[in-house]
Amino acid sequence: MGEKRGWGYYALATFFGLFLLFLYGPTITIFVLSFQGPEGGLVFPMRGVSLYWFHELFKGIGVVDIGSAFVRSIKLGLLVTLLTVVLAVSAALAFRKRMAGANTLFTVTVASLIMPSIIVSLGIGLSFRLLDTGLGHLFESAGWEDLRASFTTTMGMYTSALGAQLTWTLPFGLLVMFAVFNRFNPAYEEAALDLGASPWQTFRHVVLPLIGPSVVGVGMFGFTLSWDEIARSSQAIGDLNTLPLELQGLTTTVTTPVIYALGTLTTIVSFIVVFLALGAMRLLSRKSKAV
Amino acid sequence: MKVATRPMLARWMSHGLPAWVQATPYTLVFLLFFIIPLGLIVAVSFWDATEYELIPAFTPKNYINTFEGCSNLAEPCVTFTTYLSTLKFCFLAWLSTLLIGFTVAYFLAFHVRSTAMQTALFVLCTIPFWTSNVIRMISWVPLLGRNGLVNDALLTTGIVSQPQDWLLFSSFSVVLAFVHLFTIFMVVPIFNSMMRIDRSLIEAALDAGASSWQILWNVIVPLSRTGIIIGSIFVITIVMGDFVTIGVMGGQQIASVGKIIQVQTSYLQFPLAAANAVILLAVVLMIIWALTKLVDIRKEL
Repeated sequence: MGEKRGWGYYALATFFGLFLLFLYGPTITIFVLSFQGPEGGLVFPMRGVSLYWFHELFKGIGVVDIGSAFVRSIKLGLLVTLLTVVLAVSAALAFRKRMAGANTLFTVTVASLIMPSIIVSLGIGLSFRLLDTGLGHLFESAGWEDLRASFTTTMGMYTSALGAQLTWTLPFGLLVMFAVFNRFNPAYEEAALDLGASPWQTFRHVVLPLIGPSVVGVGMFGFTLSWDEIARSSQAIGDLNTLPLELQGLTTTVTTPVIYALGTLTTIVSFIVVFLALGAMRLLSRKSKAV
Repeated sequence: MKVATRPMLARWMSHGLPAWVQATPYTLVFLLFFIIPLGLIVAVSFWDATEYELIPAFTPKNYINTFEGCSNLAEPCVTFTTYLSTLKFCFLAWLSTLLIGFTVAYFLAFHVRSTAMQTALFVLCTIPFWTSNVIRMISWVPLLGRNGLVNDALLTTGIVSQPQDWLLFSSFSVVLAFVHLFTIFMVVPIFNSMMRIDRSLIEAALDAGASSWQILWNVIVPLSRTGIIIGSIFVITIVMGDFVTIGVMGGQQIASVGKIIQVQTSYLQFPLAAANAVILLAVVLMIIWALTKLVDIRKEL
């Protein structure tokens, strides 16, 4: 805080450097080891450099088809992103107005954020089981034999798992939007409304460009959190697993660098999304400042 | 019906959507996937079950089964020992993440001078949060494994004569992974609190002759309290319900409350799992309540 850097600064800077090494070091090791030669193992030394384990990965690990799990996770992630952005932004707009039950809704949001994920997952799994049982009885009593015979479960990627992930991504989305609207100057939109713009025009041409960078941020939260989500979807996934759930299962059985190749691949996807989002955020905020 | 909806739609077109319409989809998600499931957990914790069917009832059986044998203090029951072990992990993870997280936030907030540098370093800390937790767990294998880098180093320097097995798939590696994954939940809220501290307070303390330590302890720590509490709540609730980290880093050998619930659920023992979830929730709520009390008490002093 003084003019000269004291020893305290250097001690803290060293600590911070070690913290970054601690954060990134292990990930860098498996990134390197995923390029092991065909004879290489889970630890150093490197026995040659190759893309062998990436080829192995796409052949499938045991019974697990990585390619289709990858595609499923991407699809689910995009849907979660879209819903997180639309629902969180829309709800944040509602919170800016006078709304009955606003405090309750906020409390529920925070509760969902800090609720142990296994409880949420159990609850959703349980709800869908009970729904299945109920539907089974309904089809039986209504005499719909064909439907009764073909019906298996309502649980699945786009029902229970989607809902489970949204209970995790939406609170982050809403809190980000809250932080944005706390610092938002309402003068611009008041001016637009005064000049006769419709509420939709005001939102589309005034508010959205101003909050644009943060909306991209909400989307980034939506995708990356869904892409890695395990705890909440674990008991609510149905028959087909997402990529992180497959990965979690593989940690105990796979003993070759193929699992590092999978790790490198998923981390690259996360990084691409994060850097695209950060880039878009910079671009958008520059644009809105230039106007 | 048509007559009634037309003017409403027209009004929405001209005045914008009312708040409740904008909030409805969001609210519905939490109603369907959070409130109702939690209600059902509480209800089903009192139900009966056979191997393939849930039977609505009102029986304390599941709770009695969970605490079976717990009155015998000489030989603690499974539930008790599991909670004790989970609480131990929770305490160690909380203390480590708090100390590391606070130090990192303090450095960023008070020792990095340019705002651009501050933002860059802060983003650098948060990027790993957006990558996969399981990948970050298994990335410790090449370092801590039997033939890993740490054991290699220990052997070549002669500090140990045999490879150390306690480094990986152990309590140690579980706590290490918790710290690795969740320190960010401390850094972000504490950094946020610190950035709101009025710098003139620190100037005033300096002028009054306070040492750096006194400023840290008597000005910065009390004013970062909100961030510390929020971070603590995050870390504690995550670790108390964890089954993924303890599973992967404990080599699927270490018990935790979350793991009990997960195993019971996968065997479709819903009433038992529900009873355990209710108990876990009660314990977590008590800890959060105590933490928030801590704030109030300090305010009153």
